[in-house]
Formats: sequence, structure tokens, C-alpha cells
Amino acid sequence: MAIRRAMSGGLMGRTAVLGERSMSSWWRSVEPAPKDPILGVTEAFLADPNPDKVNVGVGAYRDDNGKPVVLECVREAERRIAGYLNMEYLPMGGSVKMVEETLKLAYGENSELIKDRRIAAVQALSGTGACRLFADFQKRFRPDSQIYIPVPTWANHHNIWRDAQVPQKTYHYYHPESRGLDFATMMDDIKNAPNGSFFLLHACAHNPTGVDPTEEQWREISHQFKVKGHFAFFDMAYQGFASGDPEKDAKSIRIFLEDGHYIGIAQSYAKNMGLYGQRVGCLSVLCKDEKQAVAVKSQLQQLARPTYSNPPLHGALIVSTILGDPDLKKLWLKEVKVMADRIIGMRTALRGNLEKLGSPLSWQHITNQIGMFCYSGLTPEQVDRLTNEFHIYMTRNGRISMAGVTTGNVEYLANAIHEVTKSA
Amino acid sequence: MDSVFAAIAQGPEDPILGVTVAYNKDPSPIKLNLGVGAYRTEEGKPLVLNVVRKAEQLLVNDPSRVKEYLPILGFAEFNKLTAKLILGDDSPAIQENRVATAQCLSGTGSLRVGAEFLAKHYHQRTIYIPQPTWGNHLKVFTMAGLSVKTYRYYDPTTRGLHFQGLLEDLGAAPAGSIVLLHACAHNPTGVDPTVEQWEQIRQLIRSKGSLPFFDSAYQGFASGSLDADAQSVRMFVADGGECFIAQSYAKNMGLYGERVGALSIVCKAADVASRVESQLKLVIRPMYSNPPIHGASIAATILKNSDMYNEWKIELKAMAERIISMRKQLFDALSARGTPGDWSHIIKQIGMFTFTGLNSDQVAFMTKEYHIYMTSDGRISMAGLSSKTVPHLADAIHAAVTGSC
Repeated sequence: MAIRRAMSGGLMGRTAVLGERSMSSWWRSVEPAPKDPILGVTEAFLADPNPDKVNVGVGAYRDDNGKPVVLECVREAERRIAGYLNMEYLPMGGSVKMVEETLKLAYGENSELIKDRRIAAVQALSGTGACRLFADFQKRFRPDSQIYIPVPTWANHHNIWRDAQVPQKTYHYYHPESRGLDFATMMDDIKNAPNGSFFLLHACAHNPTGVDPTEEQWREISHQFKVKGHFAFFDMAYQGFASGDPEKDAKSIRIFLEDGHYIGIAQSYAKNMGLYGQRVGCLSVLCKDEKQAVAVKSQLQQLARPTYSNPPLHGALIVSTILGDPDLKKLWLKEVKVMADRIIGMRTALRGNLEKLGSPLSWQHITNQIGMFCYSGLTPEQVDRLTNEFHIYMTRNGRISMAGVTTGNVEYLANAIHEVTKSA
Repeated sequence: MDSVFAAIAQGPEDPILGVTVAYNKDPSPIKLNLGVGAYRTEEGKPLVLNVVRKAEQLLVNDPSRVKEYLPILGFAEFNKLTAKLILGDDSPAIQENRVATAQCLSGTGSLRVGAEFLAKHYHQRTIYIPQPTWGNHLKVFTMAGLSVKTYRYYDPTTRGLHFQGLLEDLGAAPAGSIVLLHACAHNPTGVDPTVEQWEQIRQLIRSKGSLPFFDSAYQGFASGSLDADAQSVRMFVADGGECFIAQSYAKNMGLYGERVGALSIVCKAADVASRVESQLKLVIRPMYSNPPIHGASIAATILKNSDMYNEWKIELKAMAERIISMRKQLFDALSARGTPGDWSHIIKQIGMFTFTGLNSDQVAFMTKEYHIYMTSDGRISMAGLSSKTVPHLADAIHAAVTGSC
């Protein structure tokens, strides 16, 4: 064929075939993108040949041998579903069964709101997908609104609302001096925001700081939100992981519901069911009545259709199999508690080791903070030293994924942290 | 305190997925769903390929498998094999590392990620789509921030390709425009260019410096041959130019609900492909962080094992052949009834769909009186037909065409 002959003529042959076609790429001016600050850490870790290397970067749970875990309840669910179901498209809103069970976790097993069908809810691509779907929804239906995001927050939150073209503002959250919550300034920011502002709240186990408001503080926040008519959007990625008890971890949400707020919630099963790569989550928006919920759900589906048409099946089947079977659900709750308890144990161990080494600094925050992450207070320079000298990988904001800490590496980690901070 | 979303109106049903919703509501025992393009067996049942079941079992029984996050761009092995599938095992573009591939959520997800990338990095913001095209194309590109224009494609008078119109419209498009091309088995019309016509299209697009964006959702389904159905794409890549390719395993591997697909960007140079890859991550991360693992693992298991790959090819050919047989049967049934009009397009068109030429009134009539569900543009999914149901459909078409509707 003419094309092949031209090809074998080499570069000149190509020019002949392409005629006026420009020789350079359309993408010659595309810059190399910066590495994702979180996922790039694991890439770097994997590339490191050092045998002592430690990955306390990405928030994926590890057992005490540093191995990823597939929960028993998940393995059993997979055994049950493999081999007999078909792989037809889910509806645009995803698995109805999975969504129903998921709402119970967030809103309460016997929630009147669920019974009254007031919640517009769709299966989403884990927490990221749920947040993005809400951001797109916010852009389309409240185009003049902005989102208030805590400082600091999970880095990808900024990307999500930016790509959805929703302008961002920040509110004070973390208090570096105390390594705790800057409650007073946070409340000021809530009061000073224009009435009816949209706020992103971490329901529990704040990422990256591990600093959560107390129950009392949540009540005050909820009250102030009522006064100001603000919209509360909860990102709940760690239900069950914070205290070990999913009901307890949903307390912030339940307080807002008691106070009559119409909230939105992004839920994820990535961590608490270990379904990371399956991308299973849920976006829900509480509405005034069933009619409104039906309308909102239909609009959420309209946004899902040009993004991925309908969500993936497998993870949803696992979730609905587990939550729909009382014995499997019980097993899951047990396994979540084991994971949460191990993390709490590692917090105690890390703090204990640092204190034993005679560190001049206070490490109280390690056990005060909650959930998967510890906001260590390490500076980027100190983090770089940890990586370059000790092959310890974490994000440069000093966030340590406690899930990556084991009885096998906690001493090594404590020693290294002590080394880079003892003259601080 | 009222909801901030109180004023939201109910959204319209999706025109394609809404057909199945309506079908499901219908209590009639003779109802027939010819709406969404999902393959059905002779018995009218969904099909999970044997080779897919095998792959699933291997995965389930492997205790070393974990469910960790995939990288943002997905499963590397899957990406390599998927690029090879469309470009050919010995594609120079692959050998020269000029292809950036990202695992995405089936065809829709691949199109969306590609469109978002274009909206961010390409100097032209307009994409030309064929008239007609899959209903969701417009939504995907619009949502990504591209503006959409059309080029003539289907000729209702011949029920074939409006080739002259296509050449004129693509010729009139500004240089550098993005052009959406269905790699094979055009959806909804089933009308594909011939090899000679593809060559002319290629020359036109290259001479205008336009950027081809292939949607390949039916590779293997159109003719039964994976290589034959990839020919249009390979022609373009062979000339050394750049293109985008969205691939889906929904139909050809029957992985529908698992959302398995990939976006490949063929670049002129390896360093360009590498930079493009890094920028793709920035599009994907704020959308869903990383793609789902299950379906891609199944696909990769099949693609990399030569026995399973061959098994797949055989099962795929069988699906394609059943559809071709349905076309013949429907054509014969209409001929036997003496249904007025030329129905040869049923056997000329290719792939899962037939663009019957029925108008929306006729379609509504067939739904109401015969409980036959299809999209209002007269598109029927041949995959939804069986030898048993062909007569019912033929009766309905006959009544619609000869009746006073």
C-alpha cells in the first residue's frame, strides 16, 4: 500500500505522505506535570531499593507485618458473588441496594429521613468521585456559590473544586502551636462568611491533621451554621476508622441532622472496607421532601452520565453482600475495630518511643489526634532528611500515615524522627 | 430553613438508558427491549463470556491478590495490552514509546478524560461530531468544556454514508479542529466508511492538520475480527500522525458494568508522550483519583494468556455472527411480509445497531401496540433480537410502516 512504502522511506517518506502537515507535535508545549504530592510518595518509595525503607505516605491500611489487608468479610463476599451474576450496566445512580445500606451507616439504621425518602443518593467513585460529583452539582445549580475549605485539608480537595470551577475560600482549622484545633478562629471564619455559604467539613478523623472537634464544639459549629444558614458538606472517608465504632464516628453528622440542617455527604469504603481500588462510595444530599429528593437524584445522574455513564459493579456488590447479611456485617464491624485499635496502639507506641529517647519536643499530639494520620509538625526540610537519610517516605507536610507504622518499624521511625528534630 | 437546592427541577430521563427504565416498567409478556446496546443470547439473556468467568475464578482464588489503589493511570499491564489491541502487536508507535495510555471508566470515561485534556491543552476548543452520533457524545464534550459542531454523516435517503457531505464539512472546518470518528460499527447508524473512503478521510484530516479522536467501542463486534475492526485507526497511526483513541471492553468482552476502557494518545515523540501522560494524571486525580481494579484485572488476565485470548476471539466472533444472522433474519422476515420500502440497509449496516429509518411516531406506535422498546431515533439493538422474536418485530415494523400512524 502507498502508506507502507512511504513509511519505509523513513522520515522523508512521512513528510511526503503528510504533505502540508506540520512536523511537530500538537503537544510540544505541554509541560511535565508535578508529581501528585501524595501518590507520588508511594511511587518514590517503590523505586527505593533500601531494605529499611518505610512508607508512611499514602493512607492505605497495613497490618502489623506492613502488608495490605483484604478483610475476611470481603473475601467471603467475593466468594459468594463470583461466578453467577451477570455484569450488566448498573443504573446511572448505581446499586440501589448498596446505596440503601450506605445511607444507614451515615444517617442511622432507623433514620426517619431514609424512611421518608428525603435523601437523594447515588453510588459514586469512592470519596473522590462523590466530592467531584457534588462539586459539579454545586457548580450547575448554585453557580454563584463558593466552597469554604479547611486549612489544611486533603490536597485533592482543592483540585476537585477547582476542576469543577467552583471558587474556593479557606477557613482556619489547624492550630500549629498547639497541634490541635483553632476553634476560636474557625468560629470567627464561620461567622464572617456570607450567609448561606457552602462549607466542606471532615466528618471525623480529619485528613491530614487527625484533629477533630469535640462533640461540644460540633454542637456549637452546627448552631452557628444554623444562624448563618450555611450548607454543610461532609467528607466522611474514615467512618469506623477513627474510634473503631462507626456510630460514634458519625456523631458530627447526627448532630447536624438533629439540628435540622440539609446536608450533603461523601462516603467512601476505600479504607473502612479496604476496597481502595474498587472505587466504591456514595454521594447523598438531604432534601426537604421525597419530591425534591427525586429531582435532585435525577440531576446527579445527569452529571454522572457524561463522566462515566454508570458506576462500577464489583465493589458495589461486595458492599451490599456484606452489609445485607447480618453475620457478614458483624464480621466487618469486628474487623474495622481491629484496624482502628491497631492504629491507636501504634500511636501510643510511637509517642512512647519518642519520649523514651528523651526528645525535647512534646509528642502528645500523636495520641490526641485521631484516625489514620498524624500531623507530626515536621517541617518539609525535616521530612526530606527522613527520606534521604533514613528512607522514610511521607508527604512533605509532615503527615504520617499511622497505618504504615508497625511494631517492626516503630522504633526505627522514632529514632529517625528524633534524629532530625533533636536540635530543633 | 429551606434546602439550598429547593428550586431544582426534575432532570429528563436519559434517552438511551431511559428506554430500559420504561421497558422494565412494562408488564407485557411479549415486551422486547431493543434499546440499550447490551448483547443478549438467543434466549434473550445477558451473557458473561466463559473466558471472563475463567479469569474471574483465577482472580478470586488467588490469595495474593489485594485491592490496593491502582496508579492514577490504572493498571500498567492492562494499558500496554489494550494499546496493542487497537494499534497492533508490532505497532511502531508502541515500540517507539509514543503512546500515552490511561485506564479509564469504559468508553464514556475515556472520552471524558480525553476531552478534559483537550480543553486544557489543545489550541482548538471545537470538536466535530458526526450527524447523528451516540447521544452521550454531546454531553461528554460539552461538560468537558469543548464546543461541539457536527459534520454530515448519515444520508437518510440512501440509509448509507453521506460521503460528499462529510468531506465538505470536514474540509470546511478550521485547520486543527478536533474530529470525532467512530472506529467501526458507527453508533447509531451502523454505517461505516469503506477502506477507500477511510483513506480519503485520513488524507483530508491530515492535510488540514485536524486532530482525530477515535471512539472504538465495538472492536471485534463489527466484523468478528479484532484486526479488521481496527483498520481505520491503524491507517491513521501508520502515517505517523497524532490521534486520540477511546476504547471500551463493555461489549466485546461483555464487561459492561465493570467499566473497563482506556484512553490512548498517540504522539509524535516519546518525550511528548511522557509529558502528556503526566498531565493526564492531573485530569484524572480530581475526577476519581484512580480507576476501578476488578474489570481491568479480568481483561488483562485474558489478554496476556494466549489460550484465553484465543478463547475470547472465538466467543467474540460467535457474538458478532449471531448479530449478523439476526440482520439476515429480520431482512428476510420483512421481505416475506412484503413490507413496503427498501430494507437492505438492515444487512448492509454493521455492528450492534440498525438505524431502521423509522420515525418517532412509528417508534411510539411500536412501543404502545407491540411493546417494543427502542430509542426514538429508530435505532434498534440487533443484539436484543432472537430467532423467536424476529417475527414479532417484523410484524410491528410492518404495521408501523403500513398503518395510518
